Amino acid sequence: MQLTEKILSSFLAFELDIDINSYVHNLRTDAIKNFEKLGFPNRKLENWKYTSLNQIIKEDYTVFSKKKNVIEFKKVKDYFIDNIESYKIVFVDGYYDPFLSQTSHDGLDICIMSAALSKAKYSKHINKYFNKSVPSEDSLTSLNTAFSKEGAYIHLPKNTILEKPIEIIHFSTGNEAALMLQPRNLIIIEENSEVEIIETHQSLTINSVFTNSVSEIFALKNSKVDYYKIQNDVISSSLVDNTYITQKRDSDVRVHTFSFGGKLTRNNLNFFQTTPSINSTMKGLTIIDYNQLVDHHTLVHHSNPNCESHQDYKGIYSGKSTGVFNGKIIVDKIAQKTNAFQQNNNILLDDTSTINSKPQLEIFADDVKCSHGCTIGQLDQDALFYLRARGIPKKEAKALLTYGFANNVLESVKIPELKIKIKNTIAKKLGVSLGFDL
Amino acid sequence: MAYTEEELKKELETQEYEYGFVTEIDADTFSKGLSEKVVRAISKRKEEPNWMTEWRLTAYRAWKKMKEPDWANVKYAKPDFQEISYYSAPKSKDKYESLDEVDPELLKTFEKLGISVNEQKKLAGVAVDIVVDSVSVATTFRDTLSKKGIIFCSISDAIREYPELVKKYIGSVIPRKDNFYSALNSAVFSDGSFCYIPKGVRCPMELSTYFRINEAGTGQFERTLVIADKGSYVSYLEGCTAPSRDENQLHAAVVELIALDDAEIKYSTVQNWYPGNKNGKGGVYNFVTKRGICHENSKISWTQVETGSAVTWKYPSCILKGDNSIGEFYSIAVTNNYQQADTGTKMIHIGKNTKSTIISKGISAGKSQNSYRGLVQINSNAKNSRNFSQCDSLLMGNKCGAHTFPYIEAKNNSSIIEHEASTSKIGEDQIFYCNQRGIDTEKAIALIVNGFSKEVLNKLPMEFAVEAQKLLEISLEGSVG
Repeated sequence: MQLTEKILSSFLAFELDIDINSYVHNLRTDAIKNFEKLGFPNRKLENWKYTSLNQIIKEDYTVFSKKKNVIEFKKVKDYFIDNIESYKIVFVDGYYDPFLSQTSHDGLDICIMSAALSKAKYSKHINKYFNKSVPSEDSLTSLNTAFSKEGAYIHLPKNTILEKPIEIIHFSTGNEAALMLQPRNLIIIEENSEVEIIETHQSLTINSVFTNSVSEIFALKNSKVDYYKIQNDVISSSLVDNTYITQKRDSDVRVHTFSFGGKLTRNNLNFFQTTPSINSTMKGLTIIDYNQLVDHHTLVHHSNPNCESHQDYKGIYSGKSTGVFNGKIIVDKIAQKTNAFQQNNNILLDDTSTINSKPQLEIFADDVKCSHGCTIGQLDQDALFYLRARGIPKKEAKALLTYGFANNVLESVKIPELKIKIKNTIAKKLGVSLGFDL
Repeated sequence: MAYTEEELKKELETQEYEYGFVTEIDADTFSKGLSEKVVRAISKRKEEPNWMTEWRLTAYRAWKKMKEPDWANVKYAKPDFQEISYYSAPKSKDKYESLDEVDPELLKTFEKLGISVNEQKKLAGVAVDIVVDSVSVATTFRDTLSKKGIIFCSISDAIREYPELVKKYIGSVIPRKDNFYSALNSAVFSDGSFCYIPKGVRCPMELSTYFRINEAGTGQFERTLVIADKGSYVSYLEGCTAPSRDENQLHAAVVELIALDDAEIKYSTVQNWYPGNKNGKGGVYNFVTKRGICHENSKISWTQVETGSAVTWKYPSCILKGDNSIGEFYSIAVTNNYQQADTGTKMIHIGKNTKSTIISKGISAGKSQNSYRGLVQINSNAKNSRNFSQCDSLLMGNKCGAHTFPYIEAKNNSSIIEHEASTSKIGEDQIFYCNQRGIDTEKAIALIVNGFSKEVLNKLPMEFAVEAQKLLEISLEGSVG
């Protein structure tokens, strides 16, 4: 395969640029070997049964953007959240953009991976956390590890409650005909600390972009993490987003994924509960059309007693789009008193769209409450009639019902400004404006 | 004395297989191994026409190129296919006219199973086609059935007597190359049942066969073909018990159901092959392919009670090809000790207004693993289709596992699919509630397990419900009242 070969040869060039005697570089060399062995995933693998990367990896991607592009803030203003104070970590074509960013080292670290990997003062944390939660058998994660160089590095020490949210934005400007991006994020939230993070991938061109992102999040004792993923990219970009979350006692991590755009979006969201009494929440809202594909693969591994997990994924599909949901819950023998809930509701708006759903439970403990539910249907004709009988036009009535359907996921967004932004996106997506707040 | 869940668990673990015995009947067994020669020899022994021999050989050649599947959530030592004898029949080959001629040893076996032919003959109209080690030795009520035009005989008889029917339908639902085990079965099937219900006939009695594995080291490859012609109805029962053996035995059956327009087939199974002892030694490998095709306005209903076998790999499926057709699947799977079950169904919606219902109940105890694996596929032409699935698991003890792997694929916007699953144990508050009302713990557990599986038990025909209850009792003794 061409791209695979190109990637392997690029690795040699990549090595020229970096310190090859570091601890991290050993991990990189192991990872590239692993990727060489596994290659890109194909549909014969159970986890990729419904999603094919063939179309994506056919393109001739530049593995590293050679040039640094500069973009003006006013051109990309819309992609940031309005009227809100926030930390910003911005990357353009894979490079850190200090002009658009607003980082901090004030008793905490909100900065970039390249600094964390090269500076000695971070090495303690890098050695302790970097690449520690990722499985070795995942080829795309290995690929990312091999080229791990840039991304966001966030470290909150004990008892830090961050007032402002952190925005992580990856722009691509189309300076290469086809660009592959491999951001690597490491987020460490120590005891009793709280953080809100918003991550966006945005292409500013119609040139192909393929992003293979890996985020590692460590939520230590009694910490709280709210992570929002906004996936509303242009139709020429594809995203594979691998997230690995390791939680300690009494921590509460909530990940919200909003998938509205992109050619192919694949989310691999993995939760590892390593001590008792942990709460994990996953919420997802997908609204797509025009041959788009969104694939959510979640894994919650309950390996300790008294933990909870909640999953709620909603999807609305039309126009030859494809939705995939695969939720896996594993409850180990010792993980008694586990409560694991999983819900996947889908609406098909026309006959050309497809949904493949696989809510999966693997349970080895007896004193647990685990359930999953999955529905596939359409907008309720009676409800639609009810609204239209009251003078609400069909389009608005449909939008209203759709909003109602999605509201479960929306209402748990804690940042009001973000909520408004997402609502506007939905309104735009549905082509209507409801002149009121839900 | 108070009966607790702990005690129940203990009892379940030590529960030995009740029907474990070997009947000493001289059997006519082929030497071990599989080759084209063996396939030809089986075909010759069955006095089959040429086309059947060729049909088997095509299957054999396809099988040789196939690999054993390993995607199921079960772990076991792969059987050595050259270590199995592919044909075994009771020695006396004459057909019996009356029961007196039947080998008394064989009759005793049936009595131990509680299904003596005598009794069955008298009992409420159940025609029994008993299969011991693959060859049909007793057929009752055949005359009554033939008056209605119903054909109910062994498949080898059918190949000889009704070749045009067999030729038309065999392999039409499950092609020879469908999977590894169906190919193997197509090549070497020794016997099985054949049933044809003519147009508009309602079969007046429940048809049933009992399968047993008897000869040590013989694989059992049953082939069942049920055809319900337009507007007809049949209820078919299948039940099995197998003697205790230490060597793993392989069972790879194929069941094909064809429901033509407006027909209805109800297929019920009680499976109680030898599950191995409490240390997981021995037991039957049960790798079965069951599938039915529904034409317009027809209905196929699968009901199964799975209590036996060391390893079960079984997915009775419905292809809802015709408009307005209905597929149903009701299942109770009980696993204990080291048993492993990977079972479920496939509902393929092709026609418009097709409906399917899946109710699956899994009960795992001991160190067993119980998986539900199901597929609901709604094709884009299957407008207004409806599916409801429910799979519940009950866990007893923390050494067992319950797994669900539902695949749901929808391709149109007028269909409604619902799936729900839950996993739980017998709640302390449930037992407390019963205790409070003067029901002791033993009765309470019985009540709860019974209630848990009631939805499925209710679907069994009267004649079979008794047997099913009996088997549940054996598997979960002390818990079912």
